[in-house]
Amino acid sequence: MKKIQILGTGCPKCKALMANAEAAAKESGVEYSLEKVTAISEIMKFGVMMTPGLVINGEVKVVGKVPTVAEIKEMLK
Amino acid sequence: MTTSDKQACCSCGADSTAGAPSGTVAAASAGRYILYAVILLAAWYGLYHSLAAIAGWITYSLLHLTRGAHLSSAVEFFIFETPKVLMLLTLVVFGVGIVRSYFSPERTRKLLAGRREFTGNILAALLGVVTPFCSCSAVPLFIGFVTAGIPLGVTFSFLVSAPMVNEIALALLFGLFGWKVAAIYMGTGLLVAIVAGMVIGRLHMEKHVEEWVYQTVVGEAVVGTMTWKQRVRYGLDAVRDIVKKVWLFIALGIAIGAGIHGYVPEGFLASFMGKGAWWSVPLAVLLGVPMYSNAAGIIPIVQALLGKGAALGTVLAFMMSVIGLSLPEAIILRNVLKVRLIVVFFSVVAVGILIVGYLFNVIM
Repeated sequence: MKKIQILGTGCPKCKALMANAEAAAKESGVEYSLEKVTAISEIMKFGVMMTPGLVINGEVKVVGKVPTVAEIKEMLK
Repeated sequence: MTTSDKQACCSCGADSTAGAPSGTVAAASAGRYILYAVILLAAWYGLYHSLAAIAGWITYSLLHLTRGAHLSSAVEFFIFETPKVLMLLTLVVFGVGIVRSYFSPERTRKLLAGRREFTGNILAALLGVVTPFCSCSAVPLFIGFVTAGIPLGVTFSFLVSAPMVNEIALALLFGLFGWKVAAIYMGTGLLVAIVAGMVIGRLHMEKHVEEWVYQTVVGEAVVGTMTWKQRVRYGLDAVRDIVKKVWLFIALGIAIGAGIHGYVPEGFLASFMGKGAWWSVPLAVLLGVPMYSNAAGIIPIVQALLGKGAALGTVLAFMMSVIGLSLPEAIILRNVLKVRLIVVFFSVVAVGILIVGYLFNVIM
């Protein structure tokens, strides 16, 4: 089960990351949960200083940019 | 690895890829990248230096406009400047993107932790130029810096230089006015950042930071290093993002500039934006603060203003205050700073910009 968290305060990039992550998760067929973290205090706990951030199972994978669906699928393996 | 080994590996046929050390494969793809880079740069250079001729040809031969008329002057300016600025922007954003791929807010935070005044302020201002920064990172960055033990003044030096001394501004200044003006902008921008940070540090306004900021728990994100392929991709992404965001502003800015270029008489602006008008610098700064534009839109206007007699100091001050101080930024910072500190921050930077403006009107 992959816990996917999108860290972001609501900027367009955060929405794009959310969409890509959802698509990647669906395409890869893994069991997943998708959560959007918008509170700054929560985002800082991950040590992320530039949104958006992609966290999978508690590990920070991408900071500050929007990876492609293909790239996210790689990370979900 | 000796040449004979290399030849032996190459002649191994099917086994050669399995047997070849990663060194040769990496060297081959690096060589390919460098070849592409050289070819693209040469093409860019050739096209760039033909733009003036192309613009002239389109305006006078293709569109049959009369030479010397206001409209043709404006049109030629527009056709010449728009691709020129866009090409310059592309090149510089890509180059800076590659440089920035070596930096991250996390790394900068580590580099600045525990630094004291002066060296800290200088380093922070310099790092502000190369660390990736956007309005979305202002708040997390502030929290991250402050909780890492980076002094408030040093953090502010970073917050001033990051948005103001940005690659777009430098690229456009370089392309439109030459390296001297770009260097001046960068130098004075860094100076304002360093001094403003030191002044704010001396004021000991830590109590004017929202208390919860100091309470925030900040984790340690482990950010890996990038391969060259990823860096190039990062640079290209940066170009695509920025050009997509600013091309309209550039076109509008150039259109306005073209209008000024074609229709405003020479020296017209000297009366109220020239050196003689002492109040032009404070006015420029005051006008700039509530205005918010990215560097891309404002610079073509700046070029037109300068061409019509506005003094360099006044125009630089205007540009710095438009890009460096903005209402949206103040609103975002309200999340972490109390009003008094925001006011002090903006005032100190505004005064710094004012001094730069006056200095240049006097020197130049």
